[in-house]
Amino acid sequence: MATDIVLPVEPGTEAGEKRPPRRRSGLWIAAGFLAPALVLLGVLVAYPVIYSIWRSLYDASGQNFLGLGNYVTMFTDPGTFTAIKNNVIWVVVAPITCTILGLIFAVLMDKVKWAIAFKLIIFMPMAISMVAAGVIFRTTFQENPNLGAVNAGLVSISKAFSHQSAYPGARPRTQEGITQTGGDIATDSTVSPGAVQNFPLIAIKPADVPGSAKDAVVAKNPASDAIAGTVWLDFVRGGGGTNGEPGDGKKGLPGVKVEAVDSSGKVVGTATTADDGTYAISGLAKGSYTVTLPASNFAPPFNGVSWLGPQLVTAVIILSYVWIWAGFAMVMIASGLSAMDRSLQEAARMDGASEWKVFTRITAPLLSPVLIVVFVTLIINVLKIFDLVYVIPPPSSLPDATVIAVQMWTVSFGGGNNQGLGSALAVLLLILVLPSMIINVRRFREDRDR
Amino acid sequence: MSVPGLTIVKGKTSGAARILQFLNHGLVNLVLAIVAIFWLVPTIGLFIASLRSSTDNSQSGWWDALTKPAQLTLDNYANLLSNSQFMGSFWNTIMITVPATVLVVVIGSLAGYAFSWLKFPGRDWLLLAVIVMLAVPVQLALIPIASLYGKIGLFGSIIGVILFHVAFGLPFAIFLLRNFFTQVPGELMEAARLDGASEWRIFSGVILPLGMPAIASLGIFQFLWVWNDMLVALIFTNATSQPVTVAIQSQLRQFGANIDVLSSGAFLSMIIPLIVFFAFQRYFVTALLAGSQR
Repeated sequence: MATDIVLPVEPGTEAGEKRPPRRRSGLWIAAGFLAPALVLLGVLVAYPVIYSIWRSLYDASGQNFLGLGNYVTMFTDPGTFTAIKNNVIWVVVAPITCTILGLIFAVLMDKVKWAIAFKLIIFMPMAISMVAAGVIFRTTFQENPNLGAVNAGLVSISKAFSHQSAYPGARPRTQEGITQTGGDIATDSTVSPGAVQNFPLIAIKPADVPGSAKDAVVAKNPASDAIAGTVWLDFVRGGGGTNGEPGDGKKGLPGVKVEAVDSSGKVVGTATTADDGTYAISGLAKGSYTVTLPASNFAPPFNGVSWLGPQLVTAVIILSYVWIWAGFAMVMIASGLSAMDRSLQEAARMDGASEWKVFTRITAPLLSPVLIVVFVTLIINVLKIFDLVYVIPPPSSLPDATVIAVQMWTVSFGGGNNQGLGSALAVLLLILVLPSMIINVRRFREDRDR
Repeated sequence: MSVPGLTIVKGKTSGAARILQFLNHGLVNLVLAIVAIFWLVPTIGLFIASLRSSTDNSQSGWWDALTKPAQLTLDNYANLLSNSQFMGSFWNTIMITVPATVLVVVIGSLAGYAFSWLKFPGRDWLLLAVIVMLAVPVQLALIPIASLYGKIGLFGSIIGVILFHVAFGLPFAIFLLRNFFTQVPGELMEAARLDGASEWRIFSGVILPLGMPAIASLGIFQFLWVWNDMLVALIFTNATSQPVTVAIQSQLRQFGANIDVLSSGAFLSMIIPLIVFFAFQRYFVTALLAGSQR
């Protein structure tokens, strides 16, 4: 059919140029094809950009010309300055983390049989909304270790591996010659070996007294090189008993660390109390010692990290971002890997090069164009980050987590009502993505000239 | 071919090297398995939480249900499905996403065709303008469009949100489709023109059928983008037109007491994008590879 005809002109649209009548009608046809897109782009993209630049030069009311006043405010107002600072942290940390993880995953994935399953698992967060991801991370990083999975894990690890203080909040019974300073409970005056030093303590929750605890007994008189005594809970349920004396069913406190400290402040002997609360520090030279129950006995237990508090909230949000976008980096890099000619690597391996050498000398340099595209895409994406930062922090730590896009929303819609400053922040975002626009245009020109 | 050479080299690997390789392999498997678990656990946790009552969720973490499966219940989902406000927002999401996707595909392919196969004055400059718009942040348009919509009565309406999404989806759509359409063989186009086919016939009869893979990629990408959007909807919708992302976001303010609503709502909002994602993953990746710097 038509394909049999030898074409008189080069393929393309040049045929139209040689026939003016068709070209004129072609203009109308082109206008018909383009009109919907150009109208929408003109009204909803091009006009707003110009309006925003103009609006950013005016104050909140839109009446008074400020010049660059809003741009100065941006860097002096603590709220917006925090936002800019946080954006810098984001740009420095998030894209590189995602790219490196994506690279590692893509390279390792090649070596396992379940690569497709792995890819889907890592890539899946790309499909869900950042709001849903925010709910997921907000739940996972709750502070209460009974509810937040991360703190639950940390608390159980710390319980398994570290010495838990047994009696948080304990205080000495007053007027028994012992006082608490800086957490330590120590004797007021020094004690010499051969003497007995007791520690009646109060303000301990019954639940904190272990089941193994026996009734407190008076310690036997120690040898001449030892200090002995009893540590007990000086409290009888329902009243009764004599303050400062064991008996009447008062329980000894097992597991309390006791230290003998010499005049120079050096710990010269330690002991730990038995089930009945007794201890004996032996091997002490003649002299006088302060007997101390160190603060570690009474410190509050580890109860998880305040992930969503002001200090760590940005780290958690960046983590959630990495959770979503590492999959993007991985998929992009993996497709770069699969498009790669592997003969070079094979040759290097046959020459006896190690896997690490093959990777750093051949694979990574060949991948660098893909890596750069991923990295730049992520930087642009991170500059505009909004949803995660808006959703994950509790209201109290939002001011510490804020970024430019969130601040732009807050000052112009979320109560600030200053659309002048808001426009200036939007223009700042535009300025920050300008380099990528230039790259896009340049790449387009190169493609066309080829 | 060097295949025989390869087998000889393989035969030479000593037993020790093989054990080392096996260990290495085991290590890679282990590392990736741990990574996969870390990636999955947060989502699984929220899913289990969505199957527990609010009382259980306020007293213990979701992992409690692993040992007490009796806690699992579909009540949260049943409550959600009978919650007219939430279901309304779910419906709004569909009403926003479907038209915004279809319109971007239609308008984008019309323009993509014009930019690839029609000759008109200023074409390159217009195309350059579209390329520049690829990277324009949404934020630039929020304030001007909010006041524009206020003036013409579109503020708070679903139509306003759709138009906004279409406009900001178009640069990428035109870029992606133009690149794909230009790859259609010129002979085919010229033949059709010499046959006297109108531009519309060529567009609908030649370009669209051949461009289907690119159109599918664009459609999937735009669908996920709009479905998951919160920022645009947060500004341009109100309580009756808000999509599900905004509904969930507003629930987050009382985080803690309402984890049952939040978790089941988040999951309900994830189902459709996940289905689309798993079913059309290849097309989605194509769209990403086409260079999505938005």
